[in-house]
Amino acid sequence: MAYNHKQVMVDRPSRLTSGHRMCAGCGAPAVARTILRAVKSEDHVVVSNATGCMEVSTFLYPYTAWTDSFIHTAFENAAATLSGVEAAYKSMKLTGKLPEEKDTKFIAFGGDGGTYDIGLQSLSGAMERGHDMVYVCYDNGAYMNTGIQRSSATPKFADTTTTPAGKVIPGKMQPRKDLTKIMVGHHLPYVAQTLALNNFKDLYEKSEKAIYTKGACFLNVLAPCPRGWGYATEDLMEINKLAVETCYWPLYEVIDGVYKISYKPTNKLPIEEFLRPQKRFKHMFKPGNEWMIQEFQDEVDTRWQELLDLEEITNKA
Amino acid sequence: MRERLSGNEAAAIAMKQINPDVVAAFPITPSTEIPQYFSTFVSNGTVDTEFVAVESEHSAMSACIGAQAAGGRAMTATSANGLSLMWEMIYIASSLRLPIVMSLVNRAVSGPLNIHNDHSDAMGVRDSGWIQLFSENNQEAYDNLIMAHRIAEHSDVLLPLMVCQDGFITSHSIENIELIEDENVKNFVGTYKPEHYLLNDKEPIAIGPLDLQGYLFEHKTQQSMAMRNAKKVILDVASDFEKMTGRKYGFFEEYKMEDAELVVVCMNSTAGTAKYTADKLRDQGIKAGVLKVRVFRPFPAEEIANALKKAKAVAVLDKADSLNAVGGALFEDVTSGMFVHKIQVPTINYVYGIGGRDTTSTDIESVYNDLREIAKTGEIENPYRYLGVRGCK
Repeated sequence: MAYNHKQVMVDRPSRLTSGHRMCAGCGAPAVARTILRAVKSEDHVVVSNATGCMEVSTFLYPYTAWTDSFIHTAFENAAATLSGVEAAYKSMKLTGKLPEEKDTKFIAFGGDGGTYDIGLQSLSGAMERGHDMVYVCYDNGAYMNTGIQRSSATPKFADTTTTPAGKVIPGKMQPRKDLTKIMVGHHLPYVAQTLALNNFKDLYEKSEKAIYTKGACFLNVLAPCPRGWGYATEDLMEINKLAVETCYWPLYEVIDGVYKISYKPTNKLPIEEFLRPQKRFKHMFKPGNEWMIQEFQDEVDTRWQELLDLEEITNKA
Repeated sequence: MRERLSGNEAAAIAMKQINPDVVAAFPITPSTEIPQYFSTFVSNGTVDTEFVAVESEHSAMSACIGAQAAGGRAMTATSANGLSLMWEMIYIASSLRLPIVMSLVNRAVSGPLNIHNDHSDAMGVRDSGWIQLFSENNQEAYDNLIMAHRIAEHSDVLLPLMVCQDGFITSHSIENIELIEDENVKNFVGTYKPEHYLLNDKEPIAIGPLDLQGYLFEHKTQQSMAMRNAKKVILDVASDFEKMTGRKYGFFEEYKMEDAELVVVCMNSTAGTAKYTADKLRDQGIKAGVLKVRVFRPFPAEEIANALKKAKAVAVLDKADSLNAVGGALFEDVTSGMFVHKIQVPTINYVYGIGGRDTTSTDIESVYNDLREIAKTGEIENPYRYLGVRGCK
């Protein structure tokens, strides 16, 4: 059945309640709500959350914003923790310790710090072992919870508190890690890159596929941060749109190794459109720094072409 | 059932009989054999356990936490650096009040790298909120594991528990052992019925909050109270265990302590050597005794102090150096207990056996000889000593 935004909002009340303490204009709560809405109403969920903004803002003792079961243990191990929950589920189902008719889904949330960096080993292990779970990275491109330090997901030239744009070094000097492709390298049944766009259709549909595909699945979701990126809170959805229209954050899925690009802009916008509204790239627009924008554009173009090629190659086979 | 098993085999057999829901483990010498033997049980379908062959010890403990929080029984095994890598999660496991059970096969923590036995791994987590039981031989490692869940899961306790045994010395030595019938173990251990757990869809729960100034102190104090409660539970479970097997366990074992004047306090396999030496000295008319600590956490300070009150001189043997210029951890705990309970007996410390250095009966005899001198005069020249090391006394 085609996605009907209004119907979904009516039929599936949010499993992450309001009243949490995430910032206005933060991309992450909308991502979590939409992903959880993709779970069938009758199914139970165990959420595992890495330490980060989302965890400290949604589960501050004695309050929780989560209506499903939830576990947080540390920063780098949301995947390993959830793999233990999932293993217990399997064993307890087998021995009749849990009701046969009830299904539980396992979803981990981690920011880019907890996923690309400190949690990469734990994630890789859990995915390789094939636990029946979905790992969601909400990628805001820096360690936002501790105050905007660079991560390996931070784009090149971004001004962060550990890569400040200075007189000698103009921001982060390394391009971002491509985690989605690293996860594709794990030969998972379902890997997708998405974000909250328009009426959340892309995010919702990919979440549904990931949650109801057996085995270890991975979603990489761009989740802008108004504090770290420096945009007006009301511009969240516009920033998301520009990330897609410039091909900075292409929407695609990889099903059993076959690439499918979900959206190809007919008019690919220049990268300045994405960079300009964000304070973290402000220094790139100073006279004499045109080379930085050019280099950024080249990187985006190369990666986009690579994705087009991968789609072609994997669909030929 | 009489058998001949190594300490690692004994631990694996105990785990088989306990049949936990999840075992998550990572290979590390000298505990590797435990998950190895156990995965054979899994592969052959002799247990119902889901075995998670994780990519690190950090993930092993994380997965155990997840599994236990989910509502299952989770077990693991590790040594030395494996435990070091778990360290962050060790504290989180106990703070979440999850009665996970671990086999810790004691080995020297790096560095430099060494794979042999000492107790530096266990001592590194002595304040983490885990119950720590020490085992002289394969029989005790097995028996302690059979008692572990009853202690850890008790509603007055709800703390994780580690059973320690000496790497290689007992983990790889084959000795006679008396095993308990499968059915009896099953009945003794019972089923795990947590009050709240993640997989209960009728009562979803959130575990592991951000816990700030308004609450953390109370939560940590509750952990501390649980550790105090564990003392009674450990003795109650030991009493039930004795009814089933005839084997008696307390906080510590007193060997020829009734009239002992010279006492050696130690843990794990060294107790065997110390008992042998005490017997030898008894033949010469020397009143030697051994106090072997089984329960190190919670620490039975008052009970140990009382057990030592009639001695004329005491030597506490630490198989881990605290590098604090004032002796090992067991020594500090024993002497602190003696001071608080007003027991004044001359007491000295020996750090010994580091990195698997052999400790022979000759070494232990030299300790008793030192004690004899101290007992005569009551004077202690140097309380912080080393045993069997070159270039230091």
